[in-house]
Amino acid sequence: MPTVLNTPSDEKTGTVTSKPVIVIEHLYKQFGRNVVLEDFSLTVYKEENVVVLGKSGAGKSVLIKCVIGLLKPDKGNIMVLGENVTALNDDDLDRVRSKVGFLFQANALYDSMTVRENLEFPLRRHWINISQKEVEKMVKEALENVALLHTLDMMPSELSGGMLKRIALARTLILKPEIILYDEPTTGLDPVTAREIDQLILKLQKKYHTSSIIISHDMNCVKNIADRVILLLDGKCYADGSYDELEHSTDQKIKQFFE
Amino acid sequence: MSLITNTEDFLEQTGKISRFAGHFFSHGIKPRFEIKELLSQCYLIGYKSFPLVGLTGFIMGLVLTMQLRPSLVSYGVQSELPVMVGIAIVREIGPVITALIFAGKIGSSIGAELGSMKVTEQIDAMEVSGTNPYKYLVATRVVATTLMLPILTLLGDAISLFGAYIGVNISSVTSLRFFFTQVFQSLTYSDIVPAVIKTLFFGFAVGIIGCYKGFNSTKGTQGVGISANSAVVLSSVLIFIIDLLTVQLTNLIGLN
Repeated sequence: MPTVLNTPSDEKTGTVTSKPVIVIEHLYKQFGRNVVLEDFSLTVYKEENVVVLGKSGAGKSVLIKCVIGLLKPDKGNIMVLGENVTALNDDDLDRVRSKVGFLFQANALYDSMTVRENLEFPLRRHWINISQKEVEKMVKEALENVALLHTLDMMPSELSGGMLKRIALARTLILKPEIILYDEPTTGLDPVTAREIDQLILKLQKKYHTSSIIISHDMNCVKNIADRVILLLDGKCYADGSYDELEHSTDQKIKQFFE
Repeated sequence: MSLITNTEDFLEQTGKISRFAGHFFSHGIKPRFEIKELLSQCYLIGYKSFPLVGLTGFIMGLVLTMQLRPSLVSYGVQSELPVMVGIAIVREIGPVITALIFAGKIGSSIGAELGSMKVTEQIDAMEVSGTNPYKYLVATRVVATTLMLPILTLLGDAISLFGAYIGVNISSVTSLRFFFTQVFQSLTYSDIVPAVIKTLFFGFAVGIIGCYKGFNSTKGTQGVGISANSAVVLSSVLIFIIDLLTVQLTNLIGLN
Protein backbone atom coordinates (compact mmCIF):
# COMPACT_ATOMS: atom_id res chain seq x y z
CA MET A 1 0.00 0.00 0.00
CA PRO A 2 1.66 3.27 -1.02
CA THR A 3 2.30 5.95 1.54
CA VAL A 4 0.48 8.88 -0.01
CA LEU A 5 1.37 11.92 2.02
CA ASN A 6 -0.46 14.41 -0.04
CA THR A 7 -2.91 13.77 -2.79
CA PRO A 8 -2.95 16.67 -5.25
CA SER A 9 -6.35 18.21 -5.50
CA ASP A 10 -8.07 20.97 -7.39
CA GLU A 11 -7.65 23.21 -4.38
CA LYS A 12 -3.93 23.54 -4.99
CA THR A 13 -2.85 27.04 -4.22
CA GLY A 14 0.11 29.34 -4.92
CA THR A 15 1.45 29.62 -8.42
CA VAL A 16 0.11 26.24 -9.41
CA THR A 17 -3.33 26.40 -10.99
CA SER A 18 -5.84 23.58 -10.94
CA LYS A 19 -5.97 22.62 -14.62
CA PRO A 20 -4.45 19.18 -15.20
CA VAL A 21 -2.10 18.95 -18.20
CA ILE A 22 -0.92 15.34 -17.77
CA VAL A 23 -3.15 12.62 -16.38
CA ILE A 24 -1.63 9.14 -16.09
CA GLU A 25 -4.06 6.43 -15.08
CA HIS A 26 -3.25 2.83 -14.07
CA LEU A 27 -0.13 2.59 -16.19
CA TYR A 28 1.51 -0.81 -16.70
CA LYS A 29 4.77 -1.43 -18.53
CA GLN A 30 7.00 -4.46 -18.49
CA PHE A 31 10.04 -5.60 -20.46
CA GLY A 32 10.08 -9.37 -20.72
CA ARG A 33 9.44 -10.56 -17.17
CA ASN A 34 10.63 -7.33 -15.61
CA VAL A 35 7.61 -5.31 -14.47
CA VAL A 36 8.70 -1.67 -14.49
CA LEU A 37 5.46 0.23 -13.95
CA GLU A 38 2.50 -1.35 -12.19
CA ASP A 39 -0.77 0.51 -11.79
CA PHE A 40 1.02 3.88 -11.74
CA SER A 41 -1.15 6.98 -11.67
CA LEU A 42 -0.16 10.63 -11.60
CA THR A 43 -1.71 14.00 -12.39
CA VAL A 44 0.41 17.04 -13.25
CA TYR A 45 -1.21 20.45 -13.09
CA LYS A 46 -0.56 23.56 -15.14
CA GLU A 47 2.66 25.37 -14.26
CA GLU A 48 3.52 22.65 -11.75
CA ASN A 49 6.98 21.10 -11.41
CA VAL A 50 6.68 17.45 -10.38
CA VAL A 51 9.92 15.65 -9.54
CA VAL A 52 9.93 11.87 -9.79
CA LEU A 53 12.41 10.22 -7.44
CA GLY A 54 13.35 6.58 -7.48
CA LYS A 55 16.20 4.13 -7.53
CA SER A 56 18.12 3.44 -10.74
CA GLY A 57 16.09 1.11 -12.93
CA ALA A 58 12.87 1.99 -11.09
CA GLY A 59 11.20 3.03 -14.34
CA LYS A 60 11.41 6.82 -14.10
CA SER A 61 12.75 7.32 -17.63
CA VAL A 62 10.32 4.70 -18.94
CA LEU A 63 7.51 6.75 -17.40
CA ILE A 64 8.35 9.97 -19.24
CA LYS A 65 9.10 8.08 -22.46
CA CYS A 66 5.57 6.67 -22.24
CA VAL A 67 4.23 10.21 -21.74
CA ILE A 68 5.90 11.45 -24.95
CA GLY A 69 4.95 8.29 -26.86
CA LEU A 70 8.46 6.92 -27.33
CA LEU A 71 7.36 3.78 -25.51
CA LYS A 72 3.92 2.24 -25.62
CA PRO A 73 2.48 1.19 -22.25
CA ASP A 74 1.05 -2.32 -21.89
CA LYS A 75 -2.04 -0.97 -20.13
CA GLY A 76 -3.42 2.33 -18.92
CA ASN A 77 -4.12 5.78 -20.27
CA ILE A 78 -1.95 8.85 -20.58
CA MET A 79 -3.79 12.09 -21.28
CA VAL A 80 -1.50 14.91 -22.39
CA LEU A 81 -3.20 18.29 -22.87
CA GLY A 82 -6.51 16.45 -23.13
CA GLU A 83 -5.39 13.84 -25.69
CA ASN A 84 -4.80 10.18 -25.02
CA VAL A 85 -1.28 9.64 -26.39
CA THR A 86 -1.59 5.86 -26.15
CA ALA A 87 -4.31 5.90 -28.80
CA LEU A 88 -3.04 8.56 -31.23
CA ASN A 89 -1.79 7.90 -34.76
CA ASP A 90 1.65 9.17 -35.82
CA ASP A 91 0.44 12.53 -37.17
CA ASP A 92 -1.65 13.33 -34.10
CA LEU A 93 1.18 12.20 -31.84
CA ASP A 94 3.54 14.60 -33.65
CA ARG A 95 1.01 17.40 -33.10
CA VAL A 96 0.96 16.69 -29.35
CA ARG A 97 4.76 16.36 -29.29
CA SER A 98 5.11 19.87 -30.73
CA LYS A 99 3.65 21.09 -27.41
CA VAL A 100 5.84 18.84 -25.25
CA GLY A 101 9.58 19.31 -24.84
CA PHE A 102 11.93 16.52 -23.78
CA LEU A 103 15.38 17.11 -22.32
CA PHE A 104 17.36 13.90 -22.68
CA GLN A 105 19.76 12.68 -20.02
CA ALA A 106 22.68 12.56 -22.49
CA ASN A 107 21.43 15.77 -24.24
CA ALA A 108 20.96 13.87 -27.54
CA LEU A 109 22.29 16.75 -29.64
CA TYR A 110 22.90 15.65 -33.22
CA ASP A 111 26.68 15.47 -33.33
CA SER A 112 26.86 15.81 -37.12
CA MET A 113 25.07 19.19 -36.97
CA THR A 114 26.11 22.61 -35.67
CA VAL A 115 24.33 24.20 -32.72
CA ARG A 116 22.30 26.30 -35.17
CA GLU A 117 21.22 23.21 -37.15
CA ASN A 118 20.38 21.36 -33.94
CA LEU A 119 18.03 24.16 -32.92
CA GLU A 120 16.56 24.57 -36.39
CA PHE A 121 15.78 20.87 -36.72
CA PRO A 122 12.65 20.65 -34.50
CA LEU A 123 11.41 24.01 -35.80
CA ARG A 124 11.56 22.95 -39.43
CA ARG A 125 10.08 19.52 -38.72
CA HIS A 126 7.09 20.68 -36.67
CA TRP A 127 6.43 23.98 -38.42
CA ILE A 128 6.97 23.18 -42.08
CA ASN A 129 5.96 26.60 -43.45
CA ILE A 130 8.10 28.71 -41.16
CA SER A 131 10.25 31.33 -42.93
CA GLN A 132 14.05 31.46 -42.70
CA LYS A 133 13.83 34.87 -41.00
CA GLU A 134 11.54 33.52 -38.29
CA VAL A 135 13.76 30.48 -37.81
CA GLU A 136 16.84 32.67 -37.30
CA LYS A 137 14.99 34.91 -34.85
CA MET A 138 13.76 31.95 -32.79
CA VAL A 139 17.15 30.23 -32.79
CA LYS A 140 18.84 33.40 -31.54
CA GLU A 141 16.17 33.96 -28.90
CA ALA A 142 16.53 30.38 -27.65
CA LEU A 143 20.31 30.72 -27.42
CA GLU A 144 20.04 34.11 -25.68
CA ASN A 145 17.78 32.46 -23.09
CA VAL A 146 20.62 30.11 -22.15
CA ALA A 147 23.33 32.77 -22.63
CA LEU A 148 25.11 30.84 -25.39
CA LEU A 149 24.52 32.92 -28.50
CA HIS A 150 28.25 32.81 -29.33
CA THR A 151 28.08 29.02 -29.88
CA LEU A 152 25.72 29.37 -32.86
CA ASP A 153 28.06 27.88 -35.45
CA MET A 154 29.99 25.54 -33.18
CA MET A 155 29.76 21.76 -33.22
CA PRO A 156 28.52 19.91 -30.09
CA SER A 157 31.96 18.27 -29.78
CA GLU A 158 33.49 21.71 -29.14
CA LEU A 159 31.28 22.41 -26.10
CA SER A 160 31.57 21.50 -22.41
CA GLY A 161 29.06 19.29 -20.56
CA GLY A 162 27.28 22.27 -18.99
CA MET A 163 27.08 24.10 -22.33
CA LEU A 164 25.71 20.99 -24.04
CA LYS A 165 23.00 20.75 -21.38
CA ARG A 166 22.06 24.40 -21.92
CA ILE A 167 22.00 23.98 -25.70
CA ALA A 168 19.80 20.89 -25.26
CA LEU A 169 17.53 22.98 -23.03
CA ALA A 170 17.42 25.69 -25.68
CA ARG A 171 16.44 23.10 -28.29
CA THR A 172 13.73 21.79 -25.96
CA LEU A 173 12.36 25.30 -25.45
CA ILE A 174 12.54 26.53 -29.02
CA LEU A 175 9.03 25.29 -29.85
CA LYS A 176 7.72 27.05 -26.71
CA PRO A 177 6.22 23.85 -25.29
CA GLU A 178 3.50 23.82 -22.67
CA ILE A 179 5.02 20.80 -20.95
CA ILE A 180 8.68 19.87 -20.51
CA LEU A 181 9.91 16.43 -19.49
CA TYR A 182 13.41 16.48 -17.99
CA ASP A 183 15.38 13.23 -17.78
CA GLU A 184 18.00 13.80 -15.08
CA PRO A 185 18.89 17.37 -16.12
CA THR A 186 21.84 17.76 -13.72
CA THR A 187 23.38 14.28 -13.84
CA GLY A 188 27.09 14.33 -14.63
CA LEU A 189 27.47 18.06 -13.96
CA ASP A 190 29.54 19.69 -11.22
CA PRO A 191 27.55 21.24 -8.33
CA VAL A 192 28.00 24.82 -9.57
CA THR A 193 26.88 24.03 -13.13
CA ALA A 194 24.06 21.85 -11.77
CA ARG A 195 22.81 24.81 -9.71
CA GLU A 196 23.01 27.05 -12.79
CA ILE A 197 20.91 24.54 -14.73
CA ASP A 198 18.36 24.40 -11.88
CA GLN A 199 18.09 28.19 -11.89
CA LEU A 200 17.82 28.24 -15.66
CA ILE A 201 15.00 25.69 -15.58
CA LEU A 202 13.13 27.76 -12.99
CA LYS A 203 13.73 31.03 -14.88
CA LEU A 204 12.50 29.60 -18.15
CA GLN A 205 9.55 27.92 -16.47
CA LYS A 206 8.44 31.28 -15.09
CA LYS A 207 9.01 32.96 -18.46
CA TYR A 208 7.10 30.43 -20.55
CA HIS A 209 4.63 29.15 -17.88
CA THR A 210 5.47 25.50 -18.54
CA SER A 211 4.54 22.42 -16.54
CA SER A 212 7.20 19.79 -15.95
CA ILE A 213 7.97 16.27 -14.92
CA ILE A 214 11.57 16.10 -13.78
CA ILE A 215 13.43 12.86 -13.21
CA SER A 216 16.29 13.41 -10.81
CA HIS A 217 18.59 11.81 -8.24
CA ASP A 218 20.11 15.16 -7.35
CA MET A 219 18.46 16.18 -4.06
CA ASN A 220 19.62 19.80 -4.42
CA CYS A 221 17.89 19.90 -7.80
CA VAL A 222 14.77 18.33 -6.25
CA LYS A 223 14.75 20.89 -3.42
CA ASN A 224 15.27 23.83 -5.77
CA ILE A 225 12.78 22.88 -8.45
CA ALA A 226 10.02 20.66 -7.06
CA ASP A 227 6.52 21.87 -6.33
CA ARG A 228 5.69 18.25 -5.65
CA VAL A 229 7.79 15.10 -5.28
CA ILE A 230 6.70 11.62 -6.32
CA LEU A 231 8.55 8.58 -5.06
CA LEU A 232 8.45 5.71 -7.54
CA LEU A 233 9.02 2.37 -5.86
CA ASP A 234 8.34 -1.11 -7.22
CA GLY A 235 6.57 0.39 -10.22
CA LYS A 236 4.07 2.26 -8.05
CA CYS A 237 3.67 5.78 -6.73
CA TYR A 238 4.87 5.13 -3.17
CA ALA A 239 4.73 8.71 -1.91
CA ASP A 240 3.42 12.01 -3.15
CA GLY A 241 4.00 15.30 -1.38
CA SER A 242 6.07 18.44 -1.10
CA TYR A 243 9.83 18.23 -0.58
CA ASP A 244 9.48 19.22 3.08
CA GLU A 245 6.74 16.66 3.72
CA LEU A 246 8.80 13.83 2.28
CA GLU A 247 12.00 15.03 3.94
CA HIS A 248 10.36 14.83 7.37
CA SER A 249 8.66 11.51 6.74
CA THR A 250 9.34 8.71 9.24
CA ASP A 251 8.92 6.03 6.55
CA GLN A 252 12.30 4.32 6.12
CA LYS A 253 11.87 3.83 2.39
CA ILE A 254 11.29 7.55 1.94
CA LYS A 255 13.94 8.64 4.44
CA GLN A 256 16.73 6.80 2.61
CA PHE A 257 16.42 9.24 -0.30
CA PHE A 258 16.86 12.27 1.95
CA GLU A 259 19.76 11.03 4.10
CA MET B 1 20.97 -27.80 -27.32
CA SER B 2 23.39 -25.17 -28.60
CA LEU B 3 22.48 -26.05 -32.19
CA ILE B 4 18.79 -25.54 -31.40
CA THR B 5 19.51 -22.19 -29.72
CA ASN B 6 21.68 -21.08 -32.64
CA THR B 7 18.99 -22.11 -35.13
CA GLU B 8 16.37 -20.25 -33.11
CA ASP B 9 18.58 -17.14 -32.99
CA PHE B 10 19.26 -17.35 -36.71
CA LEU B 11 15.55 -17.68 -37.53
CA GLU B 12 14.66 -14.87 -35.13
CA GLN B 13 17.28 -12.56 -36.67
CA THR B 14 16.16 -13.47 -40.18
CA GLY B 15 12.55 -12.70 -39.25
CA LYS B 16 13.46 -9.37 -37.67
CA ILE B 17 15.60 -8.30 -40.63
CA SER B 18 12.84 -9.31 -43.06
CA ARG B 19 10.30 -7.28 -41.09
CA PHE B 20 12.70 -4.32 -40.97
CA ALA B 21 13.17 -4.59 -44.75
CA GLY B 22 9.42 -5.02 -45.27
CA HIS B 23 8.86 -1.80 -43.31
CA PHE B 24 10.96 -0.03 -45.97
CA PHE B 25 8.39 -0.88 -48.66
CA SER B 26 5.30 -0.33 -46.50
CA HIS B 27 6.40 2.95 -44.84
CA GLY B 28 9.83 4.08 -46.00
CA ILE B 29 8.97 5.02 -49.57
CA LYS B 30 5.79 6.94 -48.87
CA PRO B 31 5.58 10.76 -48.59
CA ARG B 32 6.88 12.86 -46.89
CA PHE B 33 10.16 12.24 -48.77
CA GLU B 34 13.39 13.39 -47.21
CA ILE B 35 14.93 14.63 -50.47
CA LYS B 36 17.61 16.85 -48.89
CA GLU B 37 18.84 14.03 -46.65
CA LEU B 38 18.70 11.57 -49.58
CA LEU B 39 20.91 13.83 -51.73
CA SER B 40 23.29 14.30 -48.83
CA GLN B 41 23.52 10.52 -48.38
CA CYS B 42 24.03 9.97 -52.13
CA TYR B 43 26.97 12.38 -51.93
CA LEU B 44 28.44 10.71 -48.84
CA ILE B 45 27.77 7.14 -49.92
CA GLY B 46 28.43 7.48 -53.64
CA TYR B 47 30.85 10.31 -54.33
CA LYS B 48 32.93 9.79 -51.18
CA SER B 49 33.32 6.06 -51.92
CA PHE B 50 34.50 6.61 -55.48
CA PRO B 51 38.27 7.02 -54.77
CA LEU B 52 38.38 3.71 -52.85
CA VAL B 53 36.30 1.86 -55.44
CA GLY B 54 38.41 3.34 -58.24
CA LEU B 55 41.72 2.42 -56.62
CA THR B 56 40.71 -1.16 -55.79
CA GLY B 57 39.17 -1.54 -59.25
CA PHE B 58 42.38 -0.39 -60.96
CA ILE B 59 44.57 -2.76 -58.91
CA MET B 60 42.11 -5.62 -59.43
CA GLY B 61 42.16 -5.19 -63.23
CA LEU B 62 45.94 -4.90 -63.32
CA VAL B 63 46.59 -7.94 -61.09
CA LEU B 64 43.96 -10.08 -62.78
CA THR B 65 45.59 -9.46 -66.18
CA MET B 66 49.08 -10.17 -64.88
CA GLN B 67 47.91 -13.41 -63.25
CA LEU B 68 45.93 -14.62 -66.27
CA ARG B 69 48.58 -13.89 -68.87
CA PRO B 70 51.00 -16.82 -68.17
CA SER B 71 48.17 -19.38 -68.37
CA LEU B 72 46.89 -17.96 -71.65
CA VAL B 73 50.42 -17.80 -73.07
CA SER B 74 50.91 -21.50 -72.27
CA TYR B 75 47.82 -22.30 -74.38
CA GLY B 76 48.86 -19.80 -77.07
CA VAL B 77 45.73 -17.69 -76.70
CA GLN B 78 47.17 -14.56 -75.14
CA SER B 79 45.37 -12.49 -77.78
CA GLU B 80 42.13 -13.41 -75.97
CA LEU B 81 43.34 -11.73 -72.77
CA PRO B 82 41.23 -8.53 -73.18
CA VAL B 83 38.12 -10.64 -73.87
CA MET B 84 38.61 -12.90 -70.84
CA VAL B 85 39.47 -10.06 -68.49
CA GLY B 86 36.59 -7.95 -69.81
CA ILE B 87 33.97 -10.66 -69.29
CA ALA B 88 35.35 -11.63 -65.86
CA ILE B 89 35.35 -8.03 -64.64
CA VAL B 90 31.97 -6.97 -66.03
CA ARG B 91 30.03 -10.13 -65.20
CA GLU B 92 31.39 -11.17 -61.83
CA ILE B 93 34.52 -9.73 -60.30
CA GLY B 94 33.64 -6.05 -60.72
CA PRO B 95 30.18 -6.19 -59.12
CA VAL B 96 31.17 -8.54 -56.28
CA ILE B 97 34.47 -6.88 -55.34
CA THR B 98 32.93 -3.40 -55.55
CA ALA B 99 30.01 -4.56 -53.39
CA LEU B 100 32.37 -6.08 -50.81
CA ILE B 101 34.48 -2.90 -50.65
CA PHE B 102 31.22 -0.93 -50.41
CA ALA B 103 29.96 -3.18 -47.59
CA GLY B 104 33.22 -2.67 -45.71
CA LYS B 105 33.18 1.10 -46.05
CA ILE B 106 29.50 2.03 -46.09
CA GLY B 107 27.94 -0.89 -44.16
CA SER B 108 30.23 -0.32 -41.19
CA SER B 109 29.82 3.45 -41.35
CA ILE B 110 26.00 3.24 -41.37
CA GLY B 111 26.02 0.63 -38.59
CA ALA B 112 28.34 2.72 -36.42
CA GLU B 113 26.59 6.04 -37.14
CA LEU B 114 23.07 4.80 -36.39
CA GLY B 115 24.33 2.68 -33.49
CA SER B 116 25.94 5.73 -31.96
CA MET B 117 22.77 7.78 -32.53
CA LYS B 118 20.73 5.02 -30.90
CA VAL B 119 22.82 4.74 -27.72
CA THR B 120 23.02 8.52 -27.28
CA GLU B 121 19.22 8.83 -27.72
CA GLN B 122 19.57 10.97 -30.87
CA ILE B 123 17.07 8.72 -32.65
CA ASP B 124 14.56 9.29 -29.82
CA ALA B 125 15.26 13.03 -30.01
CA MET B 126 14.52 12.92 -33.72
CA GLU B 127 11.20 11.19 -33.09
CA VAL B 128 10.27 13.76 -30.45
CA SER B 129 11.11 16.49 -33.00
CA GLY B 130 8.31 15.28 -35.27
CA THR B 131 10.55 13.24 -37.56
CA ASN B 132 10.01 9.63 -38.47
CA PRO B 133 13.52 8.22 -37.88
CA TYR B 134 12.86 5.27 -40.18
CA LYS B 135 12.13 7.58 -43.10
CA TYR B 136 14.82 10.13 -42.27
CA LEU B 137 17.65 7.76 -41.39
CA VAL B 138 16.83 4.35 -42.87
CA ALA B 139 14.89 5.00 -46.08
CA THR B 140 17.32 7.68 -47.27
CA ARG B 141 20.39 5.51 -46.64
CA VAL B 142 18.86 2.39 -48.19
CA VAL B 143 17.75 4.28 -51.32
CA ALA B 144 21.19 5.91 -51.55
CA THR B 145 23.07 2.59 -51.26
CA THR B 146 20.70 0.94 -53.76
CA LEU B 147 21.18 3.72 -56.32
CA MET B 148 24.86 4.43 -55.77
CA LEU B 149 26.29 0.91 -55.87
CA PRO B 150 25.34 0.21 -59.53
CA ILE B 151 26.87 3.56 -60.55
CA LEU B 152 30.02 2.86 -58.55
CA THR B 153 30.21 -0.63 -60.05
CA LEU B 154 30.03 0.69 -63.62
CA LEU B 155 32.70 3.29 -62.87
CA GLY B 156 34.76 0.66 -61.03
CA ASP B 157 34.45 -1.69 -64.03
CA ALA B 158 35.68 1.04 -66.38
CA ILE B 159 38.69 1.82 -64.16
CA SER B 160 39.33 -1.89 -63.72
CA LEU B 161 39.40 -2.38 -67.50
CA PHE B 162 41.85 0.50 -67.75
CA GLY B 163 43.98 -1.30 -65.13
CA ALA B 164 43.76 -4.42 -67.30
CA TYR B 165 44.91 -2.40 -70.33
CA ILE B 166 47.98 -1.27 -68.33
CA GLY B 167 48.52 -4.93 -67.33
CA VAL B 168 48.42 -6.06 -70.96
CA ASN B 169 50.91 -3.33 -71.91
CA ILE B 170 53.44 -4.44 -69.30
CA SER B 171 54.36 -7.47 -71.42
CA SER B 172 53.24 -6.40 -74.88
CA VAL B 173 52.14 -3.34 -76.78
CA THR B 174 48.43 -2.84 -77.43
CA SER B 175 46.66 0.42 -78.22
CA LEU B 176 43.91 1.62 -75.88
CA ARG B 177 41.44 1.69 -78.76
CA PHE B 178 42.26 -1.87 -79.86
CA PHE B 179 42.04 -3.17 -76.27
CA PHE B 180 38.63 -1.63 -75.62
CA THR B 181 37.31 -2.60 -79.07
CA GLN B 182 38.18 -6.23 -78.29
CA VAL B 183 36.55 -5.98 -74.84
CA PHE B 184 33.32 -4.40 -76.05
CA GLN B 185 33.00 -6.71 -79.06
CA SER B 186 32.98 -9.65 -76.68
CA LEU B 187 30.40 -8.14 -74.31
CA THR B 188 26.63 -8.34 -74.82
CA TYR B 189 23.71 -6.81 -72.96
CA SER B 190 23.21 -10.16 -71.23
CA ASP B 191 26.63 -9.67 -69.65
CA ILE B 192 26.02 -6.13 -68.49
CA VAL B 193 22.32 -5.93 -67.54
CA PRO B 194 22.15 -8.85 -65.04
CA ALA B 195 25.41 -7.64 -63.47
CA VAL B 196 23.97 -4.16 -62.96
CA ILE B 197 20.65 -5.52 -61.67
CA LYS B 198 22.34 -7.67 -59.05
CA THR B 199 24.26 -4.65 -57.75
CA LEU B 200 20.89 -3.04 -56.99
CA PHE B 201 20.19 -5.98 -54.66
CA PHE B 202 23.71 -5.82 -53.24
CA GLY B 203 23.23 -2.12 -52.49
CA PHE B 204 19.85 -2.72 -50.88
CA ALA B 205 21.33 -5.50 -48.71
CA VAL B 206 24.26 -3.34 -47.55
CA GLY B 207 21.93 -0.44 -46.70
CA ILE B 208 19.25 -2.44 -44.92
CA ILE B 209 21.70 -4.55 -42.89
CA GLY B 210 23.76 -1.50 -41.85
CA CYS B 211 20.61 0.34 -40.78
CA TYR B 212 19.13 -2.70 -39.02
CA LYS B 213 22.30 -3.33 -37.03
CA GLY B 214 22.64 0.35 -36.11
CA PHE B 215 18.97 0.77 -35.24
CA ASN B 216 19.08 -2.26 -32.95
CA SER B 217 22.37 -1.41 -31.29
CA THR B 218 22.55 -2.07 -27.55
CA LYS B 219 25.14 -2.23 -24.75
CA GLY B 220 26.43 1.34 -25.14
CA THR B 221 29.66 2.12 -26.98
CA GLN B 222 30.65 -1.55 -27.10
CA GLY B 223 27.40 -2.19 -28.96
CA VAL B 224 28.30 0.42 -31.59
CA GLY B 225 31.44 -1.55 -32.49
CA ILE B 226 29.49 -4.79 -32.57
CA SER B 227 26.87 -3.19 -34.84
CA ALA B 228 29.49 -1.91 -37.28
CA ASN B 229 31.31 -5.21 -37.36
CA SER B 230 28.25 -7.42 -37.73
CA ALA B 231 26.85 -5.12 -40.43
CA VAL B 232 29.95 -5.77 -42.57
CA VAL B 233 30.02 -9.51 -41.90
CA LEU B 234 26.33 -10.07 -42.55
CA SER B 235 26.12 -7.88 -45.64
CA SER B 236 29.25 -9.54 -47.11
CA VAL B 237 27.69 -12.98 -46.64
CA LEU B 238 24.42 -11.70 -48.13
CA ILE B 239 26.28 -10.35 -51.17
CA PHE B 240 27.57 -13.86 -51.94
CA ILE B 241 24.16 -15.44 -51.37
CA ILE B 242 22.47 -12.88 -53.63
CA ASP B 243 25.22 -13.42 -56.23
CA LEU B 244 24.63 -17.17 -56.17
CA LEU B 245 20.87 -16.73 -56.51
CA THR B 246 21.08 -14.19 -59.34
CA VAL B 247 23.50 -16.40 -61.31
CA GLN B 248 21.05 -19.30 -60.93
CA LEU B 249 18.17 -17.06 -61.91
CA THR B 250 19.89 -15.62 -64.99
CA ASN B 251 20.84 -19.18 -66.03
CA LEU B 252 17.25 -20.22 -65.60
CA ILE B 253 15.86 -17.45 -67.78
CA GLY B 254 18.60 -17.93 -70.37
CA LEU B 255 20.53 -14.73 -69.88
CA ASN B 256 23.88 -16.52 -69.67
